[in-house]
Amino acid sequence: MNIEELASRLLNQDKRALARAISLIEDGGVEARALMKRIYPNTGRAAVVGVTGAPGVGKSTLVDGLTAYYRQQGLRVGVLAVDPTSPFTGGAILGDRIRMQERGTDPDVFIRSLASRGQVGGLSRATGDSIRAMDAFGKDIILVETVGAGQGEVEVMRYAHTTLVVLMPGGGDEIQAIKAGILEIGDILVVNKADMEGADRLVRDLEMMLDLGPESPWRPPVMKTVASRGAGVAALAEKIEEHRQYLISSGGLDRKKLDQVSSQVEEIVASSLLAEVMSRARAAGTWQEVVDRLSEGTLDPYTAAEEVLSRHGLLSEEG
Amino acid sequence: MERTIRVLVGKPGLDGHDRGAKVVARAYRDAGMEVIYTGLHQTPEQIVQAAVQEDVDVVALSILSGAHNTLVPKVIEGLKREGLDDVLVLVGGIIPEEDVEFLKKAGVAGVFGPGTPTSEIIEFTRENVKRK
Repeated sequence: MNIEELASRLLNQDKRALARAISLIEDGGVEARALMKRIYPNTGRAAVVGVTGAPGVGKSTLVDGLTAYYRQQGLRVGVLAVDPTSPFTGGAILGDRIRMQERGTDPDVFIRSLASRGQVGGLSRATGDSIRAMDAFGKDIILVETVGAGQGEVEVMRYAHTTLVVLMPGGGDEIQAIKAGILEIGDILVVNKADMEGADRLVRDLEMMLDLGPESPWRPPVMKTVASRGAGVAALAEKIEEHRQYLISSGGLDRKKLDQVSSQVEEIVASSLLAEVMSRARAAGTWQEVVDRLSEGTLDPYTAAEEVLSRHGLLSEEG
Repeated sequence: MERTIRVLVGKPGLDGHDRGAKVVARAYRDAGMEVIYTGLHQTPEQIVQAAVQEDVDVVALSILSGAHNTLVPKVIEGLKREGLDDVLVLVGGIIPEEDVEFLKKAGVAGVFGPGTPTSEIIEFTRENVKRK
């Protein structure tokens, strides 16, 4: 299938084309870029909601519950679920669909598992463009579930318009453990498994923590859910919509979109430059020469990089 | 760069034993492949839709219930209906000798009984994946 055909099939809501497009995006390269150029004008309509939190707090079950809710509202839903790639073998077991059994055969739900493929931050490198592909396909709402996150997995806030940070009772020092990390990126804090002991205390602790935080026109609400029973999910979805309206009225949504797309341009420039410099350095033999001297111990990595850049990169023109 | 092979490991039907499926899933992962594990009690249609959305190269079905002669052809029909004719279909589990031929005629590329070394399954998968 050529790119033009793939793009037009995707825009005509052909599921297989969307699936193939995401694979292409995952593999990267010129074909993926050609596809993205073609479908980009059809993006920008979908609401994007990120769901992050530690392993086992019930992210997949919550995503399943939200999907069911949005379907009742007649909305078309896309789900991107990211699981970690093994750093040793490059393989991955992607098990998020297990909790979304019922949804898989709904023609207006598209669930795609992504392996993180070496990307840090809790997402896959393909996340941003996969969101766009689902958006162009015609999804009204796209739920992005990160890998089980600890303190540093904050990437999701770059892509999501609204980020949910999911917690559960029973961790004791859990707030302590994550307050400097993902809690800060939550537009809405969700206490899932709220039928467990300690839920109210956790809610109180979170509220107290928010009291200590800086004044902000949007104070993240703390919502209780029992996702396995669907309890609290409708109220959560209403808060998500409230946050979206707040973003639209404050201009925050446009700002977020612009930030995301401009930092993507930066990334593309950086990776293209890197590829160009490295291919020139390899072709000219500079790379091998540098590696040999590193191996002899006659060169340090900083000087090595400067030499590569001064012979094949921008430094050669700028002096 | 070589494409990462994506494998759906699914358990259609009613039997509740997924140890074998998990061992195979793990072996695929350790061989550097991406495994979409769908869990127990899948209907053929759930497996077909997961295969479409996940854009897999391989569908590996584990069946211990004895219902393979009904379930497997349904999965294969569904895959064909969705245009996924380049997907490699494998079956693992307790399959009587006389049914193996039937399954292969239905479109199954390989049938693996209990005790098959996982390395054999991995190798078979690598050599027979149709989409490169």
